[in-house]
Amino acid sequence: MTVDTAPTVDASSDGEARQWTARVRHAAESAFPPERLLPDRQPAYMASWIYIFGVLTVTSLAWVIITGCVLALMGPSWWHVSSTGHFFNSLHLWSVEALFFFMVIHLWGKFFMAAWRGKRRLTWITGVVSFVVSIGAAFTGYLSQQNFDSQWISTQAKDGINATGAGAVWNVLNFGQMLMWHIVLLPIGVVLIAGLHVLMVRRRGIVPPFADARHPAPDSTPADGEPGGAP
Amino acid sequence: MLLGALIGALINLNGSGTYIHWGFIQLSVANFVVIILMIVVFVLAILLPFPRRRSRRQ
Repeated sequence: MTVDTAPTVDASSDGEARQWTARVRHAAESAFPPERLLPDRQPAYMASWIYIFGVLTVTSLAWVIITGCVLALMGPSWWHVSSTGHFFNSLHLWSVEALFFFMVIHLWGKFFMAAWRGKRRLTWITGVVSFVVSIGAAFTGYLSQQNFDSQWISTQAKDGINATGAGAVWNVLNFGQMLMWHIVLLPIGVVLIAGLHVLMVRRRGIVPPFADARHPAPDSTPADGEPGGAP
Repeated sequence: MLLGALIGALINLNGSGTYIHWGFIQLSVANFVVIILMIVVFVLAILLPFPRRRSRRQ
């Protein structure tokens, strides 16, 4: 009788195929090869000002996060007692104004392009969901101002929220709860969903114009119902 | 300081807001101006030509 004491590492492709880490790696490499994740070429039809509002929205979101982190260092009442705090609070406010300004124009542009064509449904849906979540983030920001404005908004909003039944667990009069939603949960949600949105744009590419949809460029994904596209 | 005073002098923000009443629609003049600006920027983004690199003639 012999005992096999050799290491039992299974380096075969069958063994690798059973590992979830290998499967995730292969799926990620297949969906996002480096040249697709960070492309240096884009289709010619992207040469239009209407295509810049997506990246302007992402840039505004970055400034919202940066200025929000600065405000978080000193606390929500800092801007009431410090001119520096007031400056960063104003940067935070106007970053949000820019975010929604650019995001709504981005939404209009993509709506009239029917940007969900060509298997881009998830790109559209993640954009819609990130828009809705960012509205919640902005709303809780109004509630975190610690002034008469936030008191007015919270007391006006509580009736609407209570009418939905959500007031039982989501109390807009609870400053601590609203602040935590504003600086932790909702920003995480917005960044994750917006990140997924950008990844989907990289995965599927930008939607071609209607005129070119009948004759898609070689590097564009065909639209549903078109030759090469989903039925 | 001077710039802030000049900009602040354009619009008096030290008071209650002005609202537009149109049937059941009620919105502040500030929000109305922002909506108009968004429409203007949207139209300009479609109409204005995007700068292109000049092709080199050989």
